[in-house]
Amino acid sequence: MNQTQHEVDPRHLLEQMLLIRAYEEAIVAGSTAGTVPGTCTSVGQEAAAVGVVNALGGDDLILTNHRSAGHLLARGADPGRMLAEVMGRSDGYCHGRSGSLHISVRELGVVLTSTIVGAELSLAPGVALSRTMLGQPGIVTCFFGDGAACEGSFHESLNLAALWNLPILYVCENNQWQAFVHRREATSRDRIADWAASYGIPSRTVDGNDVDAVLAAARDAANQVRESGRPYLLETWTYRTRGHFEPDDQAYVDPAEREAWLARDPIAMCRDRLVAAGQLTAAQADELDDKVARRIAAAHAFAAASPFPDASDLSRDVYA
Amino acid sequence: MTTLTLYDAVGAALVEEMRHDPRVLVLGEGVATKRHDLVREFGARRVRNTPLAEGIIAGTAVGAAGTGLRPVIDLLFAPFLCYAMDELVNSAGKLRYVSGGQFAFPLVTLAMTGAGWGVGAQHNHNVEAWFVHSPGLKVVMPSCPADAKGLLKAAIRDDNPVMFFLDIGLLYQPGEVPSDGHVVPLGKAAVLREGGDVTLVSYGKTVHHCLQAAETLAAQGIAAEVIDLRSLKPLDEAAILASVTRTGRLIVVHEANRLCGVGAEIAALVAENAFPRLKAPIVRLGGPDAPVASSYPLEQAFVPQPAGIAAAAERLCGYRYA
Repeated sequence: MNQTQHEVDPRHLLEQMLLIRAYEEAIVAGSTAGTVPGTCTSVGQEAAAVGVVNALGGDDLILTNHRSAGHLLARGADPGRMLAEVMGRSDGYCHGRSGSLHISVRELGVVLTSTIVGAELSLAPGVALSRTMLGQPGIVTCFFGDGAACEGSFHESLNLAALWNLPILYVCENNQWQAFVHRREATSRDRIADWAASYGIPSRTVDGNDVDAVLAAARDAANQVRESGRPYLLETWTYRTRGHFEPDDQAYVDPAEREAWLARDPIAMCRDRLVAAGQLTAAQADELDDKVARRIAAAHAFAAASPFPDASDLSRDVYA
Repeated sequence: MTTLTLYDAVGAALVEEMRHDPRVLVLGEGVATKRHDLVREFGARRVRNTPLAEGIIAGTAVGAAGTGLRPVIDLLFAPFLCYAMDELVNSAGKLRYVSGGQFAFPLVTLAMTGAGWGVGAQHNHNVEAWFVHSPGLKVVMPSCPADAKGLLKAAIRDDNPVMFFLDIGLLYQPGEVPSDGHVVPLGKAAVLREGGDVTLVSYGKTVHHCLQAAETLAAQGIAAEVIDLRSLKPLDEAAILASVTRTGRLIVVHEANRLCGVGAEIAALVAENAFPRLKAPIVRLGGPDAPVASSYPLEQAFVPQPAGIAAAAERLCGYRYA
C-alpha cells in the first residue's frame, strides 16, 4: 500500500492548523509578557506545513529549520514538550538545550534540525544517502525557505541529490521574507521552483495558503520521489504574517501586501470551505477552537511546571 | 610489520575499517580516482567521488553520520575546511548537544597541511587549533605512518566527529607499520624519548625536529624528553604534567601559528597545574602570525627547526631565577 494515499479527514487538517496558530500565538503573548523567550513564528504559513506533513508516511524523515512549529505539531509532537523546550525546561524535547530554534524529535522522524539557514539543505543528501545505503524505507523531506535557497548549500544540495539519485522532497516555503528583507530584493527569479529545472529536478509551485492544494501537490510530489527515487522540489507560495522574530514591529512591511495576504488566511479559508461544503457546522468549528485552546492551556501549564535543567548538566551530551 | 608511507598507512586503515564495518564509506573529491584498491574491493557505492564543493561533502557526511553511516571524508587541503566550517562546527559539533543527545556523528574529516610542497598559504595553513576550540569535535594529527594507521582506525570507530590532519611533509615518508588490528587510542600521547632535563611537547612534523634537537642536546649533556601528543583533543594532560613535573622545564613546539595555538593551551595547563615545579619559564615555538609563503626558504623558516629548538632548550637549562 502506498503510504501517502491514506485518507485524511479535512477537519483534522483544520484542527492541526488551529493548534499551530494557537501554539504560536501563546508564545507571542508569552514573549510580550516576558514569560516565554521570543521565537520565529510561522503564523500565516500553517497550511504549507500541514498539507505537506500529512502527505508523508511514518517512515519518511523530516529536516526542518528555525520556523518549525508547524512541521513538528503536524507530525504529532506534543505542544507541552515543545513549549517546555522553548521555555528552557528539562521536559523539553531537547532538555532545554535547543530552545525554539533547533528542536529535533527523533522518534517522530524530525531529525538534525538546524537553525543555520541552508544547513538543512546541506544535511539532506546525507540523510537520504544513509536511508538508501542502509536499505531503510521512506523518503527525506527537507523544509527550507526562500532565504535558504539563496545560500550556496541549496545549489550544492540539489546538484548532488540529482547526481546521486537521492529520494529527497525539497519543500521551499516561500513566505516572501528573508529575515528583514523581501524576497524581491534578494532573489533573481520570482519562483524558487524555477531554479530546480537547471538541475533536472521536477518542480511545482502551489498556493501555500490552500491546505487541500498543498496536500494534493505534496502527495503527488512525494509519490514521484518514492517511485523515481529521485528528488523533487515543491514550492509553497505563502506569507509570513508576523515578523522575523518576536517581538517585531514589522515597520518594514508594506501594509497593503500584508493586508492582501491576511485576507487569504489559510485557516479561515479552510474553515469557510468546510462549512460551505457542509462538512463542518459553525458549532463544530467553535468546538475545535475550544479544544485547541484547552490543549494549549494544558501545554503551557505542563511547560511552566517543568523544572529547569540542573547546571551540573551543562556539559552532558557534548560527546557521544 | 610492513613498511608504508603515511599516505599508504591511511589507505591501509581505510581498508581494514571498511572490512570491519559495512557502514563505513569514503567520500571526497578524487577518492575513487586515487584509491583504486578501495573501489575494487568495496565498490562505487562506498567509495564516492564528489563535486569539489567542500560544504556539501561535509554536510552530506554529517547527515549520513547522524542517521546511521560512518563516513570518512577527504577535503584535501586544510584551508579548504573554511568552506565546510558550518557543517563541521555548527552541525557535526553542535547538533548532538542542542538535540539533547538524540544524535551522534561518527565522522572522520581528513585534511592535509604543513610545509613540504611549497603550495603556499591557501593550501598550507595549520588550522587545527580552530577545531580544538570547537566543542563536540575531536582533533588528531599523527607524526608517523604507524600512528596514522592506528589513530585513523580509532577515529573511524569513535562515535564523535574527528578532524584528522595529515602533515604534507610526512606524507611520503616511509615507516614501520604493524599489521591488522593495530589501533592507537585517541587522547593518548606517546613518549618517544625519555629524559630528565627538559620536556619537548609537539605533534606532526615538528616531533621529528624535537627528536633531532634531543640528539644534539644529548651530546651537550642535556637529556630531553620528547612527547608526541598525537591527539590534540582529547589532550593527554596527564602525560604532559607527569613529564614536566619531573623535568621542570617545558618547550611546546608546533608548526601552527604560535598566537592562540595549541601550545598556548598546553602552557596554560602546565602553569595552572605544575607551577611550583617549574625551574624556568615555559617556552612556545611556533609559526609567526603570517600566512605561509610558497618560496622554499620562507616556507621552512615558518617551521620551528631542530637547531632553534636545541638552542631554546639550552637557554632554558641555563636559566636561573633572578
